[in-house]
Formats: sequence, structure tokens, C-alpha cells
Amino acid sequence: MANFATETERRPWLPLPPWARGTLVTLSSIAVTMLGLLFVTFLIGRVMPIDPVLAIVGERATEEQYNAAYRELGLDRSLAVQFFYYVTDVLRGDFGTSLLTARDVSTDIARVFPATFELATIGIFFGCILGVPLGVIAAVRRGSWIDQIARVIALVGYSMPIFWLGLMGLLLFYGILGWVGGPGRQGIFYEDMIPSVTGMILLDSLIAGDWGAFRDAFSHIVLPAALLGYYSLAYISRMTRSFMLEQLSAEYVTTARVKGMSEWAVVWTHAFRNIRVQLITVIALSYANLLEGSVLTEIIFSWPGIGSYITTALLSADMNAVLGGTVVVGLVFICLNIFSDLLYKVFDPRSK
Amino acid sequence: MKTIQTLLGTAALGLAIGLTPIATMAETPANMLVIANRIDDITTLDPAQSFEFAGADVIRNIYGKLVNFDPSDLDAGYQPDLAESWTVSEDGRTITFTMREGVTFQSGNPVRAEDAAFSLKRAVLLNKTPSFIITQFGFTPENADDTIKVDGNTLSITTDKRYATSFVLNCLTATIGAIVDKELVMANEVDGDMGNKWLTTNSAGSGPYSLASWKPKESVTLSANPSYYGGEAAMKRVIVRHVQESATQRLMLERGDIDVARDLTPSDVDGLAGVDGVEVLREMRGRLMYVSFNQKHPELSKPQVRQALKYLIDYDGMENSFLKNWYVGHQNFLPKTYLGAVDENPFSFDVEKAKALLAEAGVENLELTVGVREAQERLEIAQSLQNTFAQAGITLNLEVGTGKQILGKYRARELDIYLGAWGPDYPDPHTNAGTFAYNPDNSDEANATGLLAWRNGWDTGGLTEKVAAAVVEGDTEKRAEMYHEIQAQFRDTAPFAVMFQLIEQAGMADNVEGLSLGGAITSAAYWDVTK
Repeated sequence: MANFATETERRPWLPLPPWARGTLVTLSSIAVTMLGLLFVTFLIGRVMPIDPVLAIVGERATEEQYNAAYRELGLDRSLAVQFFYYVTDVLRGDFGTSLLTARDVSTDIARVFPATFELATIGIFFGCILGVPLGVIAAVRRGSWIDQIARVIALVGYSMPIFWLGLMGLLLFYGILGWVGGPGRQGIFYEDMIPSVTGMILLDSLIAGDWGAFRDAFSHIVLPAALLGYYSLAYISRMTRSFMLEQLSAEYVTTARVKGMSEWAVVWTHAFRNIRVQLITVIALSYANLLEGSVLTEIIFSWPGIGSYITTALLSADMNAVLGGTVVVGLVFICLNIFSDLLYKVFDPRSK
Repeated sequence: MKTIQTLLGTAALGLAIGLTPIATMAETPANMLVIANRIDDITTLDPAQSFEFAGADVIRNIYGKLVNFDPSDLDAGYQPDLAESWTVSEDGRTITFTMREGVTFQSGNPVRAEDAAFSLKRAVLLNKTPSFIITQFGFTPENADDTIKVDGNTLSITTDKRYATSFVLNCLTATIGAIVDKELVMANEVDGDMGNKWLTTNSAGSGPYSLASWKPKESVTLSANPSYYGGEAAMKRVIVRHVQESATQRLMLERGDIDVARDLTPSDVDGLAGVDGVEVLREMRGRLMYVSFNQKHPELSKPQVRQALKYLIDYDGMENSFLKNWYVGHQNFLPKTYLGAVDENPFSFDVEKAKALLAEAGVENLELTVGVREAQERLEIAQSLQNTFAQAGITLNLEVGTGKQILGKYRARELDIYLGAWGPDYPDPHTNAGTFAYNPDNSDEANATGLLAWRNGWDTGGLTEKVAAAVVEGDTEKRAEMYHEIQAQFRDTAPFAVMFQLIEQAGMADNVEGLSLGGAITSAAYWDVTK
């Protein structure tokens, strides 16, 4: 992962204070990264063996209708010109119109991104509050039964197809036990009942003060979020365990123990403090993965999020949607990166 | 063991999170119909442009048409809808419709002959993909004002030549025949688009329902129209929710969260047997599954080879295994229930006969490629073909891709063999006759990509003229007879092996009455539904 906030220049090359130079470097690397991202996705979109025109006009179209749509999309211009127009549009915040939804891509993304954001955030929350303690305990009680259980939980998380696990979860908790709501973000009864403010239904129902809608939305999100959380838990707990093992075998831990410090204090105030920085990267990485990689979960749970949005767009040659979605996911990655760098600085005295 | 571990793991996780039971709705409200369906194919709800299955379902419930099908009696054919009656001129070219009095649009505007004329002209002028359904009668942007005329409460349309009246009226029942509210649509015009952009996501009809919302790939919500001339529908709200997975749809149906599940796989349909409160609705649809042989291929263009391949398909084997209750054997281009449809299925799996035919043609060690899109049943059919072709010494390679990839090659006449499906565009026999057996110019330059005969490079051997004659025959009986003849010759000579016709199986709560999926000829109708 590129580290945007780290300054590599030794010699000042601009008469600016260090913080301003740092910001400038960060911003320009973001710009270059985004431009590269745009360029690559744009190229992929153009060389893909799918005909976007056919996607619009359908297979019954006449030659004349086909050509009209071809020109409308601007495909008769050269690649360079198309790319130039695309970038200038994007700079104005215009991602064009989606072929599939007939709406502006930005409108679409404003609709689907909060759904994924809500899901991934609760998922990573589950993953952290369970995964971190589990990893720590597994390391402390290395080789014990609790370590074995943690290992099995993580192994299942790594090896089970999320698709299968999702359907089984639905079958058990929704189909048989009836503990949670089914697929979708809310029950059919609440469809269109809650005004959309943030696009996140949990928040929106709180804003609307509709407790029933909140419970309903929560009952729908809990299972897919737990599933995503489980997958990040598997990763987070393994990483936590190995970081902790490393610390626990370090000399300062032995010293602390010899000094007669309580085990609790040794583990949590000494060893754990030293792995926080590493953990931040792990968590940020899992979070980013949940934000863009939860396609299958979204499909099983009929969750209209950005993962399934980009995927269906890709399969249908809806290039504006693919490009728009990719840019947003790219931005999310970059933001998370900057955020985790900031946390580094807060927690790691050396980076100051 | 793995299963138990996983279940335990999942259960433990659930408990660990402190998942408390949260009451969920046990059944849908009594005045609401909830349907799970894959609706991610909807790209517009403008009737002049919509050409997808899920979109047609929505539009059928929103818009009135001049003539329409009664969902409770589809066999009766087209019935008066917004036009109360019609007369045909002596030369058979002009049909004059008298509009029903006192009908209003959902906006409150009256439905006038003017609106009907506007809707038809609009379809011609916008010239979107489905416009051919209307323009095949000779309407053009230039002559529309002269051929589509309003006189008080009547609308008259004049075709470029005499066609079977049933042909014209059948076409007017298609999605593109929907009558839109001229005042409302033109009030939302942008840059001379005749309201095209606005109608993509809004409705301006006079039908039993109006569009409450369409969230792409998520849901469509319809509200009952209280002023519908046929009386307000019992289901005040209809929600069609996009649910991709068959297993999920089944689960939702069993839980009572939905009333209808429309995309169940045969195994999920089987799984519903014996579930209380659920039944299966079966309707014969118009979609045909076929394989076709490119006539630009030197070997495939030999008549014996075409014949041989038709004997190398295990029709019964497929129908009785993975296609059971899903597709039924049908070897003719007109789907069952269409005017002129026949039931003759002369071909069966016969390796010896095929080998003899191949020997007669002097063909050996043939290697072919079939283009197939990645859908479960199509891949299975392709694999069956691969197996049975091999028994006569033909190597069949599979070229698998997305629908768009494969279709692109098919339209460019680049595939040896295409395995695909075809659904009729409107409920008249000409819809399929006009694509399977009609090809006036087989040259590459003609670029008639819309015609299946052209895509396969097939000079129809006289069928083109017969198809052209059948569509103008006014006597319905005689017309049906003509289609019988065309299909007999087609079965024998065409480079198409039509194999199966689709049966739609929808899982349905057993308290739902009066739901029509539209059969082979039209789309789903919700307004007769009661619970």
C-alpha cells in the first residue's frame, strides 16, 4: 500500500513550511493516483469484448438505431478525445448517465454507496470487537483450547465460500428460527416509508424517529453484517494473535513479568499498546475490502450496494457506471489510507 | 462434518453477538401484493423505448392501450380497452377506432383520441428499438400526420398496404401501443425529446396502477389508480422486489414475506412441494430455445448436414432431466397458443440416421464451435450437444461468454453454431415468422442484424415470399393454414433446430387469486389479483 503522507524528499524543494509541503505532496500523489486509476479503468472499458451500444439498444435494433446510439455515446471520436472529455466531465463531478438505470451515475452512487457503507461499517465493528480480543486471548493462551477454537473459527472464515455461508445463515436465522429479517435493507412494509436523508436506513429511521423502522432495518442488516464481520474477524484475529505473540516473547515483557506486574497489565498496557499501530493497518485494509469486495454478500442478501452495482455494470458494459464506481472506491481507499496514516502519527511517537 | 462445524460456527457467532430474536412480519398485508423477481433488466419505463421483460410487466399495469388482453381470458385474444370499438375500411387499410368516453388519465386529464394519436406518432418519431412494431405498417416521421388522424372522438390509422386486421391489432397490444397522457408528457419535454427522459422514471398512463417508485435493481412500487375506469384494483400497492437468487426467493416465499417468487429453479420448485400455504403457478411462455447453424460455413450449408444435426439432439433426454417442468419439447418457430402454431415434433435423437446423412454429404471429422452465454440451462444444453454430436464424430467446442459478448459475434455472422433463446415481440405469428423465415437480402451489406435468418446467412428458399404473403392475408383461417405450410418447410430445410418452449413456474402463496403472468402472448397483470 502506498504511503501518501510519508515525505521522502530530504532537501526542501519549495519554500514552504514542512506541513504545507507534506499536504502538497499528499494531494499531488492523490491526483496522480486517481488519474492513473481513471486511465486504466477507461482503457479496460474500451478494450472489453462487450459492446456498450448493444447494451443500450438491444439485439432487435436496426443499423440506423445502433449508429445513432453509437454517436450519442461519443464512440465515434478517438480514444484520446474520449478520455479527455471524460476526465474534464469527472472534474466537474459529472460521471455521465448510467445505461442501465437511466440516471446520473453520481445519483446512483449516492444511493448505493450509503448502503454498502452502512453494511461494511457495522461489519468491521463486529470484526474488531470480536476479532481483536479473540486474537489477544489466543496469543496469551497459546496452545490451549481457546487458541484451538480461535483457530477453527478463523479457518472456517478463510475457507468457507461466503456465498454458501450466507445462504446457510439465511436458512437458519431467517428461514428456520425467524430471528432476523430477510433479504433486502428493510421489510416490505417499510418500503418508501422512511424519508431518505443520509441514505443509511438505520440513521434515517432514527432521524425520522420511527423506532419500528429502526428495528426492522436492524433486523435486516444484522445477518449480512455479521457475515462480513466474521470474514474480517478471521483475518483480524489471526493477525492480532501473531502480533501479540511477537510482543509477548520480547524482552520487555519478560522484564515486566519479572518485576511482578500483573498478567493483565502486561498484556493490555504493555504488549497490546505496541501492536495498535500494526492493527490499524490491518483493520483499515479489511475495512477497505469490505467496502468494495462484498459483492457476493450483497447479491445473496439483495443488498443494493456499490459492489453489486459495479459488478452488474461491468457485465453489461455500462462503462460510465463502472468508471464512476471505481473512482469512488479508489477515493475510499485513499481516504482510509490517509486516515490510517494519521492514526499512526497519533499512536506511534516515532512518526512524530 | 464440515457442515456441522460451519453451522456451529455460525450459530456460535450469532449467539456471541447477542442476537436477540427480532419479530419479523409473518405475512404481507392483505391489500398489498409483493413479488420477488429479477428486475435488473429494466433500463427505462418509457413505453416507446422499453423492450425488456420486467419493464413490460410494469408498463402493462400502468398504461391503457387501444386494444388489450383480458388477463382472465387470454385465449379470447385482443379486446376493446381505451378504444370501445373499431371499423375497417373497405380496402382494409384504414382502421377507425372510437374512443371510450369518460376515461381519465391518472393525472385527471381525459383520455382523448388526440392522446392515442400522439402516443403512436411519438413511438414513430422517437425511433427507439421497439418502434418497428409500429413502423412495419409503413408509418414514417414524414407521413405520420397523414396516416394517423384524429376526428373528434375517433382515431384512424392508415397502413401502407392491406394487412390482416388481426396483425395490426395484435401489434397494438404490445408495450409500444401504450397510450400516454399527451399534456403531461409534453409538459416534461426536454430538448425536443417528447418526454423520453422524463418517462424513463415516471408514468403518465390511464391503467389500473401508477408508478410510485422505481429504484434500479432494487424495487418497483405501483399504487392502485382509484379512478381506473375498470374499477380500483383490490391490491392497493404492488411491490416488485429485485431478488437475484432462487434459493432466497424460495425462503422469502416460505417465510410469508413475499406472495410470488418468479425466478425459481426447478429444484427449488420441487422443494416447494409439500410446503403449506404455497402453490406453483405454471404458464406456458413464448420463449423458444434453439440452435442455429451458420450457412456461411461450407459444411453446415449442406442440407444433409443440417438434417443430421437435428437428429443429433437429445430432445427427450434433456426435457426429462435438467429441463424437466421448465422447458417442454417444441420444434416449431411459432410458440404454442399462437395463431398457426403446430405440434409436430418430427425430430428425435437418432445417431445412425445422422451418421448416414453425414456420410451422404461426405463430411468427416467436423469440428465446430457453439457460442453460448453463461446461463445454467444453456451450458447444460451445450454440454448435451457436445456429447451427442461426438457420437457421430463431430467435435463441438464451447465458446462461453456473457450475453453481450456472444450476441455481438452472432450478429456479425461469426459463429458456427449459436445456442440461444428467442421470445416473440408481439402476439402475432408474424413476429417469429418475420425473423426465423424471412430474409429478403442475404448479402453481408444488407446488415439485417435484426433477422435471425440473416444472422445465420440463410437464404430462405422461398419462405421469405410466403411469410410476406401470410402477413397480408385477411382470412384468419387461411392465414393460419399458411403458417402451417411455412413451418413444415422450415422444419425440413431451415438451419434452425427449435428445441424447447419455456414454462414459467412461479411459486405463489395459496391465498393469491387471479394472477396472470401473461402466457405466451403478453405480460403479467396484477389488477385482477385478490388475496
